[in-house]
Amino acid sequence: MSWISRGLIALASLILIGVFFVPLWKITLWAPQYPEGLSMYIWVNKITGGNPHDLYNINLLNHYIGMKPIKPEEILELKIMPFIFGFFIVLGLITAITGNKKLLYTWVILFIIIGIIGIADFYRWEYDYGHNLDPRAPIKIPGVAYQPPLIGCKKLLNMEACSFPDKGAYIAVVSVLLGMIAAGIEKFRK
Amino acid sequence: MKKNLGLGLASAALFSLFSFSAQAQSPAEKVYVPHGKHDKYYAFLSGGYNGQIGVYGLPSGRLLKVIPVFSVFPMNGYGYSEETKAMLNTSYGWIPWGDTHHPELSQTDGVPDGRWLFINENNTPRVARIDLRTFETEEILEIPFSAGNHASSFITPNSEYITASTRFSIPIPQKDVPIAEYAKYFKGTITFVRADKPGKMDVAFQILVPGYDYDLAHCGKGPSNGWCFFTSYNTEQAHTLLEINASQKDKDFIAAVNWKRAEQCIAEGKYKEVETKYAHNYRPPEGDRFAKTEWKTKVKWIIPKECPGVIYYLPTPKSPHGVDVTPDGKYIIGGGKLATVIPIHSFDKMIKAIENKQFAGEVEGIPILKYEAINHCELPNPCLGPLHTEFDGRGLAYTSCFISSDVVIYDYQKCEIVGRVPTYYSVGHLMIPGGDSAKPWGEYLLPMNKITKDIFLPTGPELPHAGQLYDISADPRKTKPQLLLDVAELGEPHYAQAIPAELVAPKTLKIFELEKNNHPYVTKSEEEAKVVRKGNEVHVYMTAIRSHFTPDNIEGVKVGDTVYFHVTNIEQDWDIPHGFAVIGAKTSNILIMPGETLTIKWTPKAPGVYPFYCTDFCSALHQEMQGYVRVSPADAKVPIKYGTGDEMKTVQ
Ligand SMILES: [Cu+2]
Repeated sequence: MSWISRGLIALASLILIGVFFVPLWKITLWAPQYPEGLSMYIWVNKITGGNPHDLYNINLLNHYIGMKPIKPEEILELKIMPFIFGFFIVLGLITAITGNKKLLYTWVILFIIIGIIGIADFYRWEYDYGHNLDPRAPIKIPGVAYQPPLIGCKKLLNMEACSFPDKGAYIAVVSVLLGMIAAGIEKFRK
Repeated sequence: MKKNLGLGLASAALFSLFSFSAQAQSPAEKVYVPHGKHDKYYAFLSGGYNGQIGVYGLPSGRLLKVIPVFSVFPMNGYGYSEETKAMLNTSYGWIPWGDTHHPELSQTDGVPDGRWLFINENNTPRVARIDLRTFETEEILEIPFSAGNHASSFITPNSEYITASTRFSIPIPQKDVPIAEYAKYFKGTITFVRADKPGKMDVAFQILVPGYDYDLAHCGKGPSNGWCFFTSYNTEQAHTLLEINASQKDKDFIAAVNWKRAEQCIAEGKYKEVETKYAHNYRPPEGDRFAKTEWKTKVKWIIPKECPGVIYYLPTPKSPHGVDVTPDGKYIIGGGKLATVIPIHSFDKMIKAIENKQFAGEVEGIPILKYEAINHCELPNPCLGPLHTEFDGRGLAYTSCFISSDVVIYDYQKCEIVGRVPTYYSVGHLMIPGGDSAKPWGEYLLPMNKITKDIFLPTGPELPHAGQLYDISADPRKTKPQLLLDVAELGEPHYAQAIPAELVAPKTLKIFELEKNNHPYVTKSEEEAKVVRKGNEVHVYMTAIRSHFTPDNIEGVKVGDTVYFHVTNIEQDWDIPHGFAVIGAKTSNILIMPGETLTIKWTPKAPGVYPFYCTDFCSALHQEMQGYVRVSPADAKVPIKYGTGDEMKTVQ
C-alpha cells in the first residue's frame, strides 16, 4: 500500500472516533402546540432529547396513539453499535500499520455492508414503532401508521416529523469515502 | 419655478422629518403588538384592596398574570393548599386578605435588575418578596410595632433594605389607653427590612418617631445614597376628623433618615432590644416548596436622641403625600397634596444645613431644619393636589395632580414647567419604567386614576380603574406626549413598576424539575403512587399526567377522616399544569405546575362515592381525567384499596 492510502485509511479510522462524541441521527417533531419543537438524538450508545425532557414528552404524547415508549436501555442496537465502530477504528488502524491491501478492501466492503444493514435496521426499528401499536390506544385511525420517515419530513396526525442524519452520520460517510479513495488508489495504482 | 419646486420638496421633506419624530405612528400602531411579538416591558401594578399584583405587558396594556400576595387565590389554591397557607400567618392569626400598595423592583447600583419584586401590605403590616423567575410570592415578613404600613416597600440602591412605617401611629407597645390621649401615648415607627437575602428577610432596625402619619418614602441614590425620605402628615396629632384637624398646619415634615448612621448606631450598641412576636413566612423556590412560618421575637429600636444624626425633619408644605428623589440623587420632591406649590429640596443644601446647624427647632430629639436652608425652589402654580413624581432621565419630573386631574411636567433643576397632560380622572400614582430609579427608561408614562366614570363600558356601580398610557419617547420640551391607550386595571393600582422584558423574560422558569422535588409527600412516578392511613388521616400520594390520575379509584376512606390529596404533576413539559378538585371541598382547587406537588385537604361528611377531576383543560382527553373516592360509614370494615386501570392494590 502507498503511503497516501495508508494515511487515508488511518485518517478514516481516526475521524471515526468522532462518532462517539456527536449524535448520528436527529428526529424532530413539530405541532401547533409545540412551536418550540420536540427532538431526539440517536447516538451510537444512547438516545437523548433535544432538551432535557424531550424524550419523556415524546413518549408521553406517543401513548395516546398506543406507540410503545422508547426506552434507550432496552434497545439492543445501542449496545452493539459502539463495538461495531470500535471494530472499524481498530481494523482501519491495523490496515494502515500493516499496509495490507486485502484488509483495506475488507474494511471498505464490510463498512458499506454494515452501513446498509444499519440503515435497514433503523427503518425496521421505525416501522416497528410506527406500526406495532397498542390496540387499546385512545386515538385510533384505521389505516394510519405513525412511522417517521428515514430521511425527510412527514405529517403524522398533528405532528410534522422530520428525520435527518446528524454529525455522526456525516463523519461515517466521510470515513467510508476516505476508505474508498484509499481502496481506489490501491486498485488502480500500477 | 423649478427652484421653487425644489424648495417646496425640501421643506416638505424637512417637515416630514420633524413630524416623524413622535407622531408619525398612530396611537393604535404604537400599542399594537402583533402576533408572534412580545411586549417591550413588564409592568407590575399593585391591586390595592385585592391584595394582589397585576402583571401587564406594555405598550399593549394586556393583563398577563395576577400574582396573589396577601390574599387567598382559589384560582390556583394559594392560601388554601397545605404548601401555601402558612404564607398568610401573622401574629394576629391567619389572614386571608391584604391591601397591596407599592411594588418595588430590586435594584443594583440604583437600577432595576429584574431579580425580585417587593410589595407592602397596609392593613396588617407586612412586606413581601416575589421571585421574578416564577412570578410567585416567596417570602412575607410581618412588621411589628406598626399599623398602616404605607411608606413601604421602597428600596435602597443595592437592595440592602426596603422601608416600612406607620401611617397610623398607635400606642407602642400596644396598650389600652383613651384615644383622646393620642399625643401622650401614640408613636410611629420607621422600619428598615433587610431585603437582599432570600429566605432571610428580617427587621434590621426600627426608629421610634413622634406620633404623626408617615405616608410615603423613597430612598436616595448617588450622592444621597445612605438616606431615605419619609413624608408625614398630621403633625397636628389629631385622632379624629383628620380631614379638618390634620390640615391646619402650613407645613408638615419629610423625615430624612440616614440609614448608614443607623447601621453605625446598631454596630455601636446604641439601640434597645425589645421583645415582640412577628411572622416570617418563606416558601423556598426549590426542594419541598413548602411554606413555613418562623416566629421572630426580637427587634432593635433606635431612639433618635440616643443616635444623633440618624433623622432630621425637613419642613414641607402641606400634608405632603409622595416624596421622590431625582435620578441624579440631588433633589427631593414633596407632593404637598394641599399645597399651592411643589417644593423641591436640595440634598446638598440639606447636608450643609445639617453641618451649619440651621435648625428651626426640635421634636423628641429630632432636629427640624430651616425650610429656606434646604429648599432648592418651589415650582409655582403647578396644578391642584400634587401627589407623586416620577422621572424620565432627561431632567424632567412628572407630578400627578389629583384635583386638577392632570400630570404636570417640569424641569426640576430650572423649576420650570414644560407642559401638562390630562388624566381621566383624578390621578393617584403614576409610573415611568424605572421612573423612581437612577436610570429611567423614559419611553412611557402611565398615570393611574382613582375615578373612571365613562372611560369604559359600564359594569354596574363598580367600575375598573383606568390608566392612561402616554408616549413620552420624544422630549416633552419639544413634543407633547401622545395619549396611546386606556388600560383597564384590576383592583385599585396604587404604585406600579415596569422593567424592560429582556431583563426578566430569559430568566423565567418553564417547569419545576421533578428530580429536585423533595416534598415530603412527593410521588415521582405512577409506580410510587399509594394511599396511606394514619389514624383518622388518609394521605393520597397521587400523580397527574396527561390524561389520568394515579390512583383514580380510592376506597377505604371513612366518614370522620381527613383526606389529604398530595398531587404531584409529573409532567416535565412547558405549560402543562394539571388541576385538582373534589366535590364538596371547603378549600379550593389546586393548580399544579409541572414537577410540583400541592396538597388539598378534604373532609367528607357522608358515605357515598365522590368524583374528583382535573380542572385544567390539559389535553385532548382532559374530560377523561377524573376519578372516584368511595367514602364508607365511620364503623365500616372497607380496606384501603386504590389503583388506576386494571391493577388495584389493597392495603390489609
Ligand atoms: Cu389534566
